[in-house]
Amino acid sequence: MAAPPRPDSVALLDRFVAALLARGVVTEAEIAEQVARTDAASPEIGARMVARAWTDPAYRELLLRDGSAAAEAAGVSMAGMPPLGVLEDTDRVHHLVVCTLCSCYPRAVLGYPPHWYKSSAYRARAVRDPRGVLAEWGTVLPDHVELRVVDSTADYRWMVLPQRPAGTEGWDAARLASIVTRDALVGVALPKAG
Amino acid sequence: MSDATPAPATHDLGGAPRFRCTPVEPDDAPPDAFGKRVDALRQILARKGLMSVDELRRGIEAIPEAEYHALGYYERWLRSISGLMVEKGVVAAEELRP
Repeated sequence: MAAPPRPDSVALLDRFVAALLARGVVTEAEIAEQVARTDAASPEIGARMVARAWTDPAYRELLLRDGSAAAEAAGVSMAGMPPLGVLEDTDRVHHLVVCTLCSCYPRAVLGYPPHWYKSSAYRARAVRDPRGVLAEWGTVLPDHVELRVVDSTADYRWMVLPQRPAGTEGWDAARLASIVTRDALVGVALPKAG
Repeated sequence: MSDATPAPATHDLGGAPRFRCTPVEPDDAPPDAFGKRVDALRQILARKGLMSVDELRRGIEAIPEAEYHALGYYERWLRSISGLMVEKGVVAAEELRP
């Protein structure tokens, strides 16, 4: 678990919010509404986009060419968001996404970045020892598969389009989306049929 | 003249040797109430044109190294955001002092 905030940080937040409220910069209702709106974004959005790309070649082409447009086509507002790029896994290449400088993440389609994505260990090791990091998730790639690590930045956010696993023939979009986890969309895990 | 490569900035953690043997803690929990509140404030203040992501980064990246690693993720954000609002005169420094 991430450590709880220190008492001095909790007190600073209280004073900061009180000052903003007193000056009419924000209201408690605005804060509550913003938290609710941010809570509503989740990896299920990215999973639905991947499932659609697995079953609809035209959508797959759009997703790889212009991730932001593909997100909009899935009903996600990308207004004010940095562009979304989508990385296509194949039999020969697997992608892993990290933000070495901080925590840049495609929040519109994946929600809040998880704590581990923001951790110093992940940021440091994803580029130095990516296969070691993947092994901690139980993900082992064959030696002949190239592993490309891509740095998400403040100006460009990345998501992975994993390969559709064998054993999912005939599945509908909802069932396909159910096996596309947040970890698979970042590249630390692979979707599994079973 | 030295050909030594300058040490990377504190926040530039890609490949950082000090974390080479640190396992990634598989913590999936969403942010706590403190984190969600700070996160929401950043979005609201950005939407009102009072700060940008680059300003947020500048504030985080200016935190001294020892404090950077001692503070939690959203604690760093709060330091940056509250400092920016003081700089811009949106709130007064005295209002934030204990």
